[in-house]
Amino acid sequence: MISIRDLTVRYGGTIAVDHLDLDLPTGKIYGLLGRNGSGKTSLLSVLASYRRPSAGTIAVDGVDPFENAELMGRTAFIRDTLDVQQQDRIRAVLDFAAALRSTFDRGYADKLTEMFELNPRKRVSALSRGQRSALGVVLGLAARAPLTLLDETYLGMDAAARDTFYRELLADYVAHPRTVILSTHLIGEVADLFERVVIIDRGRLVLHEDADVLRGRGVTVTGPAAAVDAFVAGRTVLSVQSLGGVRAATLYGGLDDAETARADAAGLTLGPVGIQDLFIHLTGAQR
Amino acid sequence: MWFDDRSPIYRQIAEGIKDDVLSGALKEDEQVMSTNQYAAFYQINPATAAKGFAQLVEEGVLYKKRGIGMFVSPDARRKLRAERRERFFTDLVEPMLAQAKLLGIGVEEIVQHLEEKR
Repeated sequence: MISIRDLTVRYGGTIAVDHLDLDLPTGKIYGLLGRNGSGKTSLLSVLASYRRPSAGTIAVDGVDPFENAELMGRTAFIRDTLDVQQQDRIRAVLDFAAALRSTFDRGYADKLTEMFELNPRKRVSALSRGQRSALGVVLGLAARAPLTLLDETYLGMDAAARDTFYRELLADYVAHPRTVILSTHLIGEVADLFERVVIIDRGRLVLHEDADVLRGRGVTVTGPAAAVDAFVAGRTVLSVQSLGGVRAATLYGGLDDAETARADAAGLTLGPVGIQDLFIHLTGAQR
Repeated sequence: MWFDDRSPIYRQIAEGIKDDVLSGALKEDEQVMSTNQYAAFYQINPATAAKGFAQLVEEGVLYKKRGIGMFVSPDARRKLRAERRERFFTDLVEPMLAQAKLLGIGVEEIVQHLEEKR
């Protein structure tokens, strides 16, 4: 279990993570979703012990990860900067990673390098944006770290490379179960891989929910304005749109059979809301 | 099968497997894919796949053989047919009649159309 209590991360006057409480059982794939500047990278940096919290605590299986060599060896954090020597060749980067980490599977790293068509003789500094990301995926997956943190590890990758990334992530997770936290803006294309979804906004927790439960949570109610208003009264309304006398409201919280029947009887049309749309409603409209 | 993101995937999995049992694509006492195979094939989280299979076991559509895997129950097809036959009238026929009424299509006209299709 990863337990986060009252976590705050401050950069001067800017608060990146704001009194966050979160419990993450291990052995699952998490989708960490948030808009730009919502605090995703700061949160991951603290989980990876790359940064000390300004306030609050983090415990991984009861232990504070900060400057804990044993725990850090069990954590892989792949971020934009890659944290590798720019002048090194890919082969040397992989050699170094394998030497550093006992769980690193060099054979799997070579296989992935080939799949992503990365030339092992190429220097990191000569890689394109997408190739750098692919190298990040190689380092992140081949590390086989019990806690794997992948921070937008897809930037610049084309659709085929991203597909390879998702397939390998899932296949390797099934073969070697571990905790994976994946931050992404491409919600639509990876949401099926998540067991749980964590949404943060302005450094605060918006929700932490089973992904499949979330798929049943959003519902749109469309119909005559007065009937929609009467039906949604007292519920969590995420957004309302009106056109002439017709109103469409997006609700958070599933409806049971009796409620669905009541909506039908009132002449209202119900529609589902996907995770991505739910995310937009939860983090967008009221900003 | 392609899952849509707007309803729980475990339910879509369960419905898909039931369809396969009904159509005979999955035979009684035939082994179904493991949850991990299923997850890898359809690119979904294995826990989600497991939830779909667990529901089918609970409903008696599948049964488990310890250490071997999951199989289609001997009377699954018969039970599913009975269940779907009941739902056929409420889920399909009644909405059709409501729509027909809206359009001024009489029952005689519908019957005539069906006779021609026979």
